[in-house]
Amino acid sequence: MGRIFKYVMLDIMKNRFVMVYTFILVLIGWSAFTLEDSSAKGILTLLNLILLTVPLVSILFSAIYIYNSAEFIELLISHPIKRKKIWLSLFWGLNSSLVTAFIIGAGIPLLIFAEPPLSFLMIGIGILITTIFVSLAMLCTIVYKDKAKGIGLTIVLWIYFALLFDGILLFLLFQFADYPIEQPMVLMTALSPLDLSRILILLQLDTSAIMGYTGAIFKDFFGTTIGMVVSLGLLILWGVLPFAYSLSKFKKKDL
Amino acid sequence: MKWILITLLLLTSKYALIAKSLHVGSNHSFKTIKAALEKTESGDTVYIHKGLYKEGNIIINKSITLFGIDRPILDGDKKYEVLSVKSSYVTIRGLRVQHSGYASLDDPGGIKVYDATRVTIIDNELYDNFFGIYIQFSTHCLIKNNKIIAFGKEEQTIGNGIHCWKSDSLQIIGNSMKGCRDGIYFEFVNNSVIWRNTVTDNIRYGLHFMNSNNDAYFTNIFSRNGAGVAVMFSKKITMMNNTFNENWGDAAYGILLKEISDCHLSGNTFNKNTAAIFMDGCNRTIVEKNAFSNNGWGLKIQANCMDNTIQSNNFLKNTFDVSTNGTLLLNKFQYNYWDKYTGYDLNKDKIGDVPYRPLSLYSVIVENNPTAMLLYRSLIVTLLDQSEKKIPSLTPENFIDEKPLMNLLKL
Repeated sequence: MGRIFKYVMLDIMKNRFVMVYTFILVLIGWSAFTLEDSSAKGILTLLNLILLTVPLVSILFSAIYIYNSAEFIELLISHPIKRKKIWLSLFWGLNSSLVTAFIIGAGIPLLIFAEPPLSFLMIGIGILITTIFVSLAMLCTIVYKDKAKGIGLTIVLWIYFALLFDGILLFLLFQFADYPIEQPMVLMTALSPLDLSRILILLQLDTSAIMGYTGAIFKDFFGTTIGMVVSLGLLILWGVLPFAYSLSKFKKKDL
Repeated sequence: MKWILITLLLLTSKYALIAKSLHVGSNHSFKTIKAALEKTESGDTVYIHKGLYKEGNIIINKSITLFGIDRPILDGDKKYEVLSVKSSYVTIRGLRVQHSGYASLDDPGGIKVYDATRVTIIDNELYDNFFGIYIQFSTHCLIKNNKIIAFGKEEQTIGNGIHCWKSDSLQIIGNSMKGCRDGIYFEFVNNSVIWRNTVTDNIRYGLHFMNSNNDAYFTNIFSRNGAGVAVMFSKKITMMNNTFNENWGDAAYGILLKEISDCHLSGNTFNKNTAAIFMDGCNRTIVEKNAFSNNGWGLKIQANCMDNTIQSNNFLKNTFDVSTNGTLLLNKFQYNYWDKYTGYDLNKDKIGDVPYRPLSLYSVIVENNPTAMLLYRSLIVTLLDQSEKKIPSLTPENFIDEKPLMNLLKL
């Protein structure tokens, strides 16, 4: 695995896109903290970055990269290498380069300007979101062999998680307004990694006080160590499951 | 004529000449305060020298002055009310009163004034008492420059810093309260003034009015209380130049106004409160020249409020500038500065040409369905708010500032 991983890594690092991505992250990350008058505002800017830009770039770039290296993958398969090894190397190659870009771009300003528990949480969540969306991208490329359809699917997935899912939540909130739905809502958020991340971070900010009763219920769950471990576990599951499924498909796939 | 006047003056000054000074202390003629009090007549001064006095309940029933030298300590041993003032024209100055008893039936205080007039309580320290200073059925009292510290954990087990009940014409000036249930509590207290107090870290409210009319509070600081000020069931309260900071928590307000009318709020500063002003059943109140910044909600105005005027305020960096719970709005908004206003001013009169709708769709949604706070800072909320701004459909039509200001008001 080591050598393929190394080739993929080097190939991506040479790719201008990842360079630009890193550069933009650096630009936003530093300007968020240096231009805003308080670090709380900077954190909110970075929150938006983690919840919108990072997943979009991760899922799109990964999908495009895998479609573009279809011939390279076929070449590798013709050699006596296990398919699992190839797929894993691709995943780790993509993931580690994007994670590196994130840490350089957003992680360093966070470490410098934000308070320790919050900055570590935000970096951790940024890394997890990158992983989750790389893994979703790999699932998309397995589902559709056609590049256009596959990339279309990744965009739909991003819109779903960033926007539509919240729309559905809002709809449900109004449909079941007469019932005590706070607790089911805690479960519902587990269905979207972005919502889960957003709430985890918001509860660490002092804006959580204006979330009132709902915030209190969330804090009861997510604020505790167990809740934290469970929700981070859920995020890891979101990263592992789509990839595991794509891996089992890839093993049997007729290329 | 001149001689008659002088004779009269001499005759009346007889009392002043007779007035004695009694000294209490380990090296002085009186060893205990109670012993000294027995020998006093009205008009005397009792000087209490440095030391610890544990004498149970000390009752003052003559018009005397208690004067602490080098801050003597009067200790209630957690059993007694320390000082009970049952006479008018009493002055208490320079003492440290501590550890009063706790009882839920007769509310013992550090210093309690019963049915008196013109009692002056100046420059004392009240430490760890159940109630700090308790005034009942009294008029024209002055409570000035006292420092009240208590260590309340929950509302039931601690009293108020300064508790006033059925009184009139009180002056409460320059005190500081910390860790009490309510910093200052007014019930049936009229024509009184509260000025330059610092009220921090109290469990319930910084200042609490119940059924009190014609009062005013100026230039006080209220920080980190459960709620800064609660004005309930009162009329004609003037609230000016106060600062409300960091009254932050799940149900915290800067000012909570409930069932009040004809009040006037002006020149106050609200910074980092969960909700700066909460108005419920509020009538004919003027809110002007206040600065609202970094609050969760600037103004929560319930639909049962009527004929209020909200004008010439600054709204800066609040999560929600205003919110309401219904579609009815019988209040007037005008000449406010809103940092979220994006209109233009063609005729350069510094008033925006496009009316501003301060109510965001999301704030309406949250008011109707608090669980929607779950979607706070998500993309869909931003999109909904933007579309509602362009094409208002769900927010109340008349919730509008017709004349929003283009520039920040200098307050």
